[in-house]
Amino acid sequence: MTTALLELEDVEARYGPVHVLHGISLAVEEGSVVAVLGPNGAGKTTTLRAVSGTVRRSGNIRFAGRPLNRLGPAAVARLGIAHVPEGRGTFSELTVWENLRLGAYTRRGSIQPELERVFSYFPWLSERRRQPAGTLSGGEQQMLALARAFVLRPRLLLLDEPSLGLAPILVAELFRIVRELNEKEGLTVLVVEQNAHLALQASDSGYVLEAGHVVLAGSSAELQADDAVRRSYLGY
Amino acid sequence: MTPSAAATSGTSAVSSAETSAIAGFRSRGSALDAGTATVVLLLLGAAIFLLIGCLQSARFATLTIEGIALGSVYGSLALALVLVYRATHVINFAQGELAMFTTYIAYELGLHGLSYWVAFALTLVIAFSLGTVLQVTLIRPVQHRSVIAVVIVTVGLFILIDGVVNWIWGGFFKTMHSPFGYASFDVGGVAIPHAYVGMVIVVFASALLVWALFRFTKLGLGMRAAALRPAAAALVGVRVDTMLAIGWGLAAALGAVAGLMAMADPSQLFLSTTLMQPILVYAFAAAVLGGLESPAGALVGGVLIGVSTTLIIGYVPQITSEMQLPFTFVVLLLILLVKPSGLFGRREVRRV
Repeated sequence: MTTALLELEDVEARYGPVHVLHGISLAVEEGSVVAVLGPNGAGKTTTLRAVSGTVRRSGNIRFAGRPLNRLGPAAVARLGIAHVPEGRGTFSELTVWENLRLGAYTRRGSIQPELERVFSYFPWLSERRRQPAGTLSGGEQQMLALARAFVLRPRLLLLDEPSLGLAPILVAELFRIVRELNEKEGLTVLVVEQNAHLALQASDSGYVLEAGHVVLAGSSAELQADDAVRRSYLGY
Repeated sequence: MTPSAAATSGTSAVSSAETSAIAGFRSRGSALDAGTATVVLLLLGAAIFLLIGCLQSARFATLTIEGIALGSVYGSLALALVLVYRATHVINFAQGELAMFTTYIAYELGLHGLSYWVAFALTLVIAFSLGTVLQVTLIRPVQHRSVIAVVIVTVGLFILIDGVVNWIWGGFFKTMHSPFGYASFDVGGVAIPHAYVGMVIVVFASALLVWALFRFTKLGLGMRAAALRPAAAALVGVRVDTMLAIGWGLAAALGAVAGLMAMADPSQLFLSTTLMQPILVYAFAAAVLGGLESPAGALVGGVLIGVSTTLIIGYVPQITSEMQLPFTFVVLLLILLVKPSGLFGRREVRRV
């Protein structure tokens, strides 16, 4: 049963005295898209940060069978986990090309094949490669963040609130691309999202977090049909 | 609500968010251009003034050339300050003393029979290693505490280095010969010492190398990313701590260039532990004038400070060389009052 690419077992995390995660357990199968839902302050972002090592955590986190608990963010990235943080983490002072180059920072040698592949999904990036990333619109910056994560050829993509501050049309476009990357490239995705409707449509399974606990888990179809989820997150 | 604020908070419709973002960018772009244009015009005006002065008077030309040579030394140390400041937002008060220390190392290598340029290269390597080791052992443990903690450590380092150098080499003056000799070129009746030409070339060549490292290499990109947004840089696999240590190493190497070139000045007869103390003050002024964040600004600022102080001492008899440092402080104060972002500094623009 332990075929999952990423497994969290009883993971706790805190910021100073504030206890945010109270024993989270979840699994992400290779090749799947998994959504994490929940209200503000439930610990969704912290869950991703626990994986990428940007917060101090305890409990077991295994990636492809390998424990991550003691690794810092740079070491986790080197294992092939790309984290697109809330607020995108793009370098607005650097050019689009430099941002993409940073995405593949841990790769050796030429990254031309990766860039070509990324440009096939985001053709407009190629024309604007010399432009400072800060001059892109919010939607474009989010696309750039996704593209930058993808240049790494990650085995796992951690995506934090991609819809934040974006117009609905752009959010739909973004999720379409995430789904396409998943289907065509076999990219495994763990996505945290406020917009439960979109997230459940684009994912295979999901977890609902409340106050640092997993309160509900299941396939996305099951969750969409669940009464509590419908009332709290889908609004019907 | 400002346009950029509208863009960041924009959960509104696509069109309005997009257009306001573009409007925000445009207004920012044009403001930047106007500022840059003024600075370029000012510098151009200063250059023309100096050129006319040099053509009119041999004395003016001599002073200007001396100012440029001394200014490039200030600029080199200012560049070291800027490198550290960009990476950690802290002024390294020990930067000058570190440069003095490495100059003593070059002196010692010379005593052991190494030729000047071999000793020069070896000193840069030693300075780089020293910078990284100091960052790892002294700065890293306190760097996440507070800015003031780091500042205090650099002040302590200043005193420590002073003590160590006095302990090893004693307080007596040492002599080092200028590697460029003491002859001069004669250009239309104006004597240009070889040493001044050499100082300027060495400083600008080393600055160019550092610039190329930052601009064209993967390591340089990683260092820029680590300085701009450490958390985001770590997420893409940049080893931020390593980058900071390398940054300190590079700064120490640039400081070593400044120290050695200060000694290459034919009028600098003795090597003493106070060699870099006045130069550090000029370098502060140069870095602030250049905008603290701008490497090019640090070099230009260094040359401007060098030229203006030598000209003023040369032409205003009331300001003697004893008054040179206080005068520089006045300049520093004026910059901070009138244009705190300096010539090439930019106001913090951040879009979340």
